[in-house]
Amino acid sequence: MEIGIETAFTPWASLLGGVLIGLSAVMVMGLFGRIAGIAGITQGAAGLPGTARDRDWRWAFLAGLIAAPLVVMALGGTVSQTVPDGLGGMAVAGLLVGVGTALGSGCTSGHGVCGLARLSGRSLAAVATFMAAGFATVFVLRHVLGGL
Amino acid sequence: MRIVWGFLSGLVFGLGLVISGMANPAKVLNFLDLAGTWDPSLAFVMGGATLTAFVGYRLVWRRKAPVLEQSFDIPKTTAIDRPLLTGAALFGIGWGIGGFCPGPAWTALPLLAPGTLVFLPAMLAGLWLGARIKAGGHLQGKGATS
Repeated sequence: MEIGIETAFTPWASLLGGVLIGLSAVMVMGLFGRIAGIAGITQGAAGLPGTARDRDWRWAFLAGLIAAPLVVMALGGTVSQTVPDGLGGMAVAGLLVGVGTALGSGCTSGHGVCGLARLSGRSLAAVATFMAAGFATVFVLRHVLGGL
Repeated sequence: MRIVWGFLSGLVFGLGLVISGMANPAKVLNFLDLAGTWDPSLAFVMGGATLTAFVGYRLVWRRKAPVLEQSFDIPKTTAIDRPLLTGAALFGIGWGIGGFCPGPAWTALPLLAPGTLVFLPAMLAGLWLGARIKAGGHLQGKGATS
């Protein structure tokens, strides 16, 4: 895994983007009465076992997520992005994120944003756990195994 | 109407991800790199999103029911059990390797980076596998009530 490239600290843009994410969570609750967890919405859209049957709006929500960068670019904005290019690592990462969010019943949005906003102790435990695991993983990959 | 509002909700979420920089795995990985090229932006995203949802949820819950459904469907589980913690730990490891969580992985899709095109199908396979493991009752430990 490559050593990190610097990214600029963007407090205001990140705060504004965060408010939009929160607004979306409020829309999903107010309109559909559901938690806006992307892992759960994805599972529900696919009709996976143990998830809800109201698939129509979930597919539309995912389409909206995908459309967002295209809308930004159509309006003349730029979407800067550096995705790790170790494809083996990305396959393992994707699998772990999928299995982990399914088992743990939530991701950064479901447990993070929505769970914390509900003051759920269960979500707080999940957030503390995945944050700690994320910090530890990046530390090991970048500073113990040494990147290059 | 459900389709239109579902799309708009997803679009607002996706715009939030793009504007906040969270659709960029490099920024997420730098948040997780306390000992290196640390970028605290993610904390501002979480703060802004959680505060907005905290206030907005309480306004919305004054209604008897959501606009387009019969009732609110809010998780009632409170157990901090083994599947929750095991799942969250596995998720965190994957997040630390790839810099993607589920939302940004979808939003990054149209930019067609090779890493995204590998990550997203693997994530979908993982969600399917995880749902099967959960349905099968493995990893339940002392049971769902513990």
